[in-house]
Formats: sequence, structure tokens, C-alpha cells
Amino acid sequence: MIPRSVLAGQGGVLDAVGATRAMTSVLGIMLFLTVLAGALGLAALGVSERLDRRLANRITVQLVDGNPAARDRAAAAALAALRARPDVVRAAPVGQEELRRLLRPWLGGETAADALPIPAMIDADLADGAALAGVRAAVLAAAPDARVDAQAAWMAPVARVMDLSVALAAAMVALTGAATLAVVALSVRAGLEAHRATIEVMHMLGSTDLQVARLFQRRAGLDALTGGGLGGLAGLAMAWAGGTQLSETGSELLGDGALSAGDWFLLACLPFLFAGLAALAARRAVMADLRRTL
Amino acid sequence: MSEPRAIVQFDNVGLRYGMGPETLSDVSFALMPGAFRFLTGASGAGKTTLLRLLYLAQRPSRGVIQLFGEDAVTMSRDRLPAFRRRIGVVFQDFRLVPHLSTRDNIALPLRVAGLPEAEVEQPVREMLAWVGLTDRADARPATLSGGEQQRVAIARAVVGRPELLVADEPTGNVDSDMAERLMHLFDAMNRMGTTVVIATHDLHLIGRVTQAEVMRLVRGRLLDPAGLHRHPAGTSA
Repeated sequence: MIPRSVLAGQGGVLDAVGATRAMTSVLGIMLFLTVLAGALGLAALGVSERLDRRLANRITVQLVDGNPAARDRAAAAALAALRARPDVVRAAPVGQEELRRLLRPWLGGETAADALPIPAMIDADLADGAALAGVRAAVLAAAPDARVDAQAAWMAPVARVMDLSVALAAAMVALTGAATLAVVALSVRAGLEAHRATIEVMHMLGSTDLQVARLFQRRAGLDALTGGGLGGLAGLAMAWAGGTQLSETGSELLGDGALSAGDWFLLACLPFLFAGLAALAARRAVMADLRRTL
Repeated sequence: MSEPRAIVQFDNVGLRYGMGPETLSDVSFALMPGAFRFLTGASGAGKTTLLRLLYLAQRPSRGVIQLFGEDAVTMSRDRLPAFRRRIGVVFQDFRLVPHLSTRDNIALPLRVAGLPEAEVEQPVREMLAWVGLTDRADARPATLSGGEQQRVAIARAVVGRPELLVADEPTGNVDSDMAERLMHLFDAMNRMGTTVVIATHDLHLIGRVTQAEVMRLVRGRLLDPAGLHRHPAGTSA
């Protein structure tokens, strides 16, 4: 085993030539972008999953009638029809006060919101596998003017945007990963050229290809960890700052995008993953090159 | 009792680069264990090329090379490192690793061979003392004179006590006193059993090793494959 102090790092067989220094900087930028893309993807995935969970089996029954008494009767009938069904897990009316509170910011003041007739609404959660058509038919039989909406249907465009964001982020992570490997391969090739004479001497002294490859592998891994670590830290800080800003908006939807501890762990692992990939790419490139020599 | 086998055996070895003329032609010779052989010849005669074949930096275009009893021509790449570790090489242009100190350059063959650090320090210290570079142990090659670099290259070649020592003009850059000391080192190693092959122009050098034999290369052909005894100094070279 050749000591690390001799074969890598300062004063080692492989000095830090320009190409490796450049690689460190480029990998820093790559990791910064990758962590941001990863954070975006994980946040979008979180929103998408929570939306799915929240909306998958939820329906809203809306009863619009100018006559409050008739509206309340229809609402009571619809609620009773829902509660009578075994495939409805929960059914609860949304109180008029709650609806008025929700409408006030949009209608511009208490007077306007209070003066308008407001439909009666019922939120219901269906059991897994329940058929919406059957539930709708039961509600309409009890209250013919009722409107039954699956919440997933009107949130579908948002869910599609979230899914697209996840796919884009995954593609960005994959592309930056591929670009990182390409940078490492180019850097290793430059390093091989720069150290050709040293490698030849090492061979003449009896070094195996693996021993030489390990030098480059260690150097590439350390450089990637240095650059990637700095870039990754900057990316994590930026993702944290962005997450904080989003949570301060008070939006329930955006709040769902807050990263979990597992997400942060995954993002923190990226520099190490890239360093491992860089080391592996360096090893393969060197071994392939050395096989062409005696 | 069986006769000792040659440590090196060349049979009709030829080397040609591309479509050009042969650099070496019909080279045949044998080195028995413990031999001390000088290789002489004018510049361009093929001395360095022959040495490159000896230390497995190159394969011949034709012929057979037996090294330590094995066919070095068809030997697989994977087996070469183990054989190279049995050979010490002093390159004409030193080829020191520029980013390593004198001490680490000398230690390199031992570390490549996988010796633990505890077993590296003492032989390196001895070699530093032997070549008179103890006070330059931490210097980088770029800060050493040509003669000092040459001494480091020699120390690196012999520190692992190789079975075969191959040196290309090993005293070309040192003064006569140091040349004498280095030749004593080669002589001492040879007396301890190391087979030594030295390419040189220096006839005086040849005169300093009484047991040495001489082979002459002329335009890629070996004139004295058996090795002429060169006593008295320089007359046969």
C-alpha cells in the first residue's frame, strides 16, 4: 500500500495541475446547481404527494339555492344520503361562518360577503376504491340540484405542474451528474498527459495499473469532494433560504413543499455521491488508458 | 550438480520502430547471476534501446528474451510489475518524480512494492548517507544539481536491492570522486549477488571494476556477446 501522503495531495506524486484545480471549481458549480434542482424536485414531489393524499378520495357537494330554507333542506338531505352510504368515510357540512370567512378577502369586506347568498357545502371523504358515480347518484337522488365535485379533478392542473417539476428536476440532476462525469474524464485525461513521465517511471519501478489508477482516483475523489462540498453547502443554504421564504407566504399549498429531514439528508449526500462517481470515473479512465501501454 | 541458469538470455533479438531499419539486430548474449557487464558503444549504437529491453520498457520485434528464467517477450502485461520490481534502473535522464522530495523519490520503489513504512525509513536513510545527500533529504529534484539528481536516481535504483541492476550512463554528471564512490556501490552490490549491467562511454569507469566484462554495440549489433574481460583498464573497450 502506497501511503496517501506520498501518492496524493500536496507534495504527492500527482501535483495539483491546472486541470484538476479547474475541475474542483466546475464541480462546485455543478453541485450547487444539482442541490438546487434536487431541492426543487423534492419540494415538488412533497407537494404532489400531499396533494394526492389530501385530495384523492375527497369530494365537495355544493348546493346553490337563493332560498336559504330550501338550500338548508337540500343540504340536510344530501348530508343524510352521504352518511347513509358505507363507502363514505366522513361527511361534514362546511359552516356558513367558515365560508363567509374564506370569502371575505376576495369580496372586499364584511358587508359584501354577508350580503351575498352563499351556497351550502359539504366535504366528504370516500373510502378507498369507492365509486364516485354511485355516490353522486345517491346525492342527486336526495338533492337533485346538488353539484358533486371530486377535489382531485379541479386540482389536477396543479398536480400536473408538480409532476412536471419533479420530472424536470430529476432530469437536471441526471444531466449535471452526466456532465460531472464528463468533466472528471476530461480532467483525468489532462492529468494523465501532464503526469505521463511520472506514470512511466512508476511503471518501471513495478507499479501496477491499479496502483497508478488509485492515485488518480483518490485525487479526483478528493477534488470532487472539496468542490462539491463547497458547492453543495452553498446549494443547501440557498434551498433553505428559499424554503423559509415560501413558508412565510402562509400558503398551505406552498407549505406542503417544505423539505423533510430525509430530503435534507438526501441533498447532503449528493456531494459524497458525486465524489464517489468522480473517483470511479477516474479509475475507469486511467485503467482504460494504461491498458494501451506496456 | 546442475549449472546455474542465466538471469538474462537474449537470442537473436531485433528491434525495429515502424518500417524503419532495425535499431538492434541479432543481439544474443547471456548474463549469469552475479555478472557485472559494461555495455559500450558510440552514441546511437543502441545501448539505451538494449537496456530498455532489459528493464521491460519495450518488447522486441523479433527474437527471444528470457528474464529470470521466463519468456519476457510473451509475458502477459499483468505479470510485468512483479518482474520490474526485481530490476533496478538508473535512467540516463534520471526521471525523478518532480513533486517528491529526495527521500520520497528514493523510497518510491519500496512503497510501490508494498513495504510498511517502518521498513522503508532505515534503508532510505542508509542510501541517503551512501550517496551523500542526507542534508538534501527534503529537497525537491528541481533544486538539486545534475550530479545530485543522478545520485538520487542511483539510490532509488538500488534501495530495493534488486536482482538485476541496469544503469544508463550512471556517472555522466558526477565528479570523479563521486563516480568512484558510485562504482564502489555498484561493485559492492555485485559482490552481494546483484547482476549489474552498465551502459557507458567512460573507459576509466570500466577500469575500476576488476571482475567486469564488456560488450560492445556497433550500429545495433553486439560484437562481444560473451563479454570480453577488460583487464588491464580500458584496453578492450
